[in-house]
Amino acid sequence: MGQIELKQVTKSFGDVQVIPPLDLTIKDGEFTVFVGPSGCGKSTLLRLIAGLEDITTGHIEIDGSDATDVVPARRGLAMVFQSYALYPHMSVRKNIAFPLKMAKMDQAEIDKRVDAAAQVLNLADYIDRRPGQLSGGQRQRVAIGRAIVREPAAFLFDEPLSNLDAALRVGMRMEISELHKKLATTMIYVTHDQVEAMTMADKIVVLQAGVIEQVGSPLELYRAPRNTFVAGFIGSPRMNLITGEEAAKHDAHTIGIRPEHIDVVESGGTWQGTVGVAEHLGSDTFFHIHNTGLADTLTVRAIGDVSLTHGDKIHLAPRADEIHRFDTAGLRIA
Amino acid sequence: MATKASRSAARLMMAPAVILLLGWMLVPLTMTLWFSFRTYLPLRGGDQGWTGFDNYVRFVTSSSFWPAVSTTLIIVAGVLAITIALGVLLAILLDQPMWGQGVVRILVIAPFFVMPTVSALVWKNIFMDPTNGLFAHLWRFFGADPVSWLSNAATPSIILIVSWQWLPFATLILLTAIQSLDSEQLEAAEMDGASPLARFFYITLPHLSRAITIVLLIQTIFLLAIFAEIFVTTGGAFGTRTLSYLIFQRVLESQNIGLGSAGGVYAIILANIVAIFLMRIVGKNLDT
Repeated sequence: MGQIELKQVTKSFGDVQVIPPLDLTIKDGEFTVFVGPSGCGKSTLLRLIAGLEDITTGHIEIDGSDATDVVPARRGLAMVFQSYALYPHMSVRKNIAFPLKMAKMDQAEIDKRVDAAAQVLNLADYIDRRPGQLSGGQRQRVAIGRAIVREPAAFLFDEPLSNLDAALRVGMRMEISELHKKLATTMIYVTHDQVEAMTMADKIVVLQAGVIEQVGSPLELYRAPRNTFVAGFIGSPRMNLITGEEAAKHDAHTIGIRPEHIDVVESGGTWQGTVGVAEHLGSDTFFHIHNTGLADTLTVRAIGDVSLTHGDKIHLAPRADEIHRFDTAGLRIA
Repeated sequence: MATKASRSAARLMMAPAVILLLGWMLVPLTMTLWFSFRTYLPLRGGDQGWTGFDNYVRFVTSSSFWPAVSTTLIIVAGVLAITIALGVLLAILLDQPMWGQGVVRILVIAPFFVMPTVSALVWKNIFMDPTNGLFAHLWRFFGADPVSWLSNAATPSIILIVSWQWLPFATLILLTAIQSLDSEQLEAAEMDGASPLARFFYITLPHLSRAITIVLLIQTIFLLAIFAEIFVTTGGAFGTRTLSYLIFQRVLESQNIGLGSAGGVYAIILANIVAIFLMRIVGKNLDT
């Protein structure tokens, strides 16, 4: 079980309120990702749930019982830290066994669980080494191993992949997703990388300055961003946001269209411009287009390798049904 | 320093420092060895020629030799135990955010700036004096008989004085070590269900092991040679005669330079035995 509920939770450091009153329900077994730019309070929120920070007002309920004043160890949550926070003077085995040892479990049971965790995470080959002798990805696995042996109600991940190189990050992303499928335990995952959020989450919570901007499944957020912030944050490359005359034609203050929803055409088209930078990825080509009279730069994705280069004239046809409209407050117009 | 020219230039530049340091060590060492094999009584006939190992035999067979060795080791061990135990606790205390942290830290370091002679005299006259000392007043306030610290509990008193001097050093080194402890490790241990005491023994103390090793080694080197504290308090009486004090007495009070030099050579050997011992015990902490 691992249902977590935040009710009117706030957090202040001195006079500065970093999290204004906030309500959130995380269902049992759900993979929830907190995503937002750095300093948006997502890590603070995670630490509040973990109990490493005291909440200023409000309540946290875990599985229906009030956990607001419960010490971290008794909340039944396990956390994986950004720096992994492995104990450097203990072997991998002792690191993983540490929470069980603290729980005064008997040695036979500890060995059984550690071996099981090592099996799941392929740690067996370096179980007697120390963390200092491991690579980043291996340390990450040990940190996860230390979390899973406790059989917690929920896992908390604090930007666990940000210290890994790009290739390893993609691999670990898959492993964590698979682990979630296997264990079916609630997971809360904090990241600033919207790609991680989109690929892993059952539910994404987009945060800005301590405020929840939108909660929903990855595709809900992609298809119907509630405001311009979410529209700009979710999706890669970013959505093009256009204001002014062109937006007024659609009865909106701002219109947004994703780069993949603008087609490059031979001639005609609704918009014209000149190609600035062209990023050829082989499978796709991203054009950054200037002089459209709409916005400073317009980003467009073309499928395959389109042979337009810097300075070329380009004709664009946005798909009318993919245009998102926002009002003066930045909120979505249905 | 890649080319031949720059390498020889570097050697040339370093030479004065190396020669000075070598001279500083080798000349006294050679002189000590030289005198230890001679009968040299400055006030009773001066240098009277070679005597072989006579001085060495006389020094060890003297009834004060083994007591001096054991006193030396007791004082060193006592001071090490007190400074490291209290040093760890003080370092943890000073690491907590508190009001007036800067001032408190300077106050804690202050004893280190007081000269050994001065601090020993302060302890002797202001705290430990059996009639006018602060301890005597305190004892009388509770109706007890004042303790004659430096005659009835001389070795513990010396240990106390020397510990007071060296505690700041230990605290300072351990404080910097504690500040380098990753706070996420402590938080992880907290999440893992470790009590504050368990966090101290499983996380903080192992993290400090390297710093403790350094404190242990450096302090041992200096503590084997403490002299001023004994000289101005008990003058070597009441069982506080350490090896270095015994050598001093042989050379200056008995006016026997040959015998004192032989003692000096024994002191070198003792220091090396202790050093090897310590390196064995704690050396592995420096590797990892």
